[in-house]
Amino acid sequence: MACLNADGTLSASGRAMLAALERPATEEDVASVTGLALFRVRSGLRELVAADLVSQQGERFVATGAQSL
Amino acid sequence: MTTVEEAPVARGLPRLGEPAPDFEAVTTQGTVRLSDFRGSWLVLFSHPADFTPVCTTEFIGFAGIYQKLQERHTELLGLSVDSVYSHIAWVRNIEDKTGTHIPFPVIADLDKKVATAYGMLMPGESKTEASRCVFVIDPEGVLRAMIYYPLSTGRNMDEIVRLVDALQVSDANKVATPANWRPGDKVIIPTPNTVELAEERTSEDFIKKTEGYESVDWYLTKKSLEV
Repeated sequence: MACLNADGTLSASGRAMLAALERPATEEDVASVTGLALFRVRSGLRELVAADLVSQQGERFVATGAQSL
Repeated sequence: MTTVEEAPVARGLPRLGEPAPDFEAVTTQGTVRLSDFRGSWLVLFSHPADFTPVCTTEFIGFAGIYQKLQERHTELLGLSVDSVYSHIAWVRNIEDKTGTHIPFPVIADLDKKVATAYGMLMPGESKTEASRCVFVIDPEGVLRAMIYYPLSTGRNMDEIVRLVDALQVSDANKVATPANWRPGDKVIIPTPNTVELAEERTSEDFIKKTEGYESVDWYLTKKSLEV
């Protein structure tokens, strides 16, 4: 897991991605804000969505509990 | 009672010009899918085993061309039939012993699924290790080039960068590249595919219009990309 540790806590990249998703953002937005490679953002978003920490609508993602899409 | 022997499953090599085999794999940077790399070029390479000498020199080499590949919108992804913990220990050891940071992810292909899909396993050489393979995959996920090296021979990193350059130049300009081509060298314009076009290629009119072209004959004409 790149964004989530085995105990469910967020890794540094997971925290950075979640912070970038306080407002709805695309994969490319998140890559730009965090400095992570796009493939890592896509992989991380899958983890965060599966963990219900992020939701997706169309091409945009947002942290669950942050402002709605 | 008759027994039916299970036929060996034919494992061919992937084919150039076709979609690269899809995968989802555990890596040193998380679980990735081939589709995560869409929009970028990708150099997928395999190595026989962690903590082995030739592979260590290659990893240092791959780290050395990482920035050049990034400048060419190209990601790098390693693979071997080792665990992710072995990979982590090895890349940390390389950094500790040589000062070289390994910036790219490495697939832990313990079940050999990716290695099998890409034809990386050569039982004549090794029944347990992947050979030294390189696959260049374009932004649409199409396999564009393959290089296979034996266990004993480390790869040439400059050639991998040159190959990416050549593919990108060919795509951007609809040209081909000659032997030993380097960026800035002349490229080959498409060969005429009809007698009529071959005649045109050798006509006075074509020669006048294409000053600066280097023509050996109708089928081999080079030009500078600046022309």
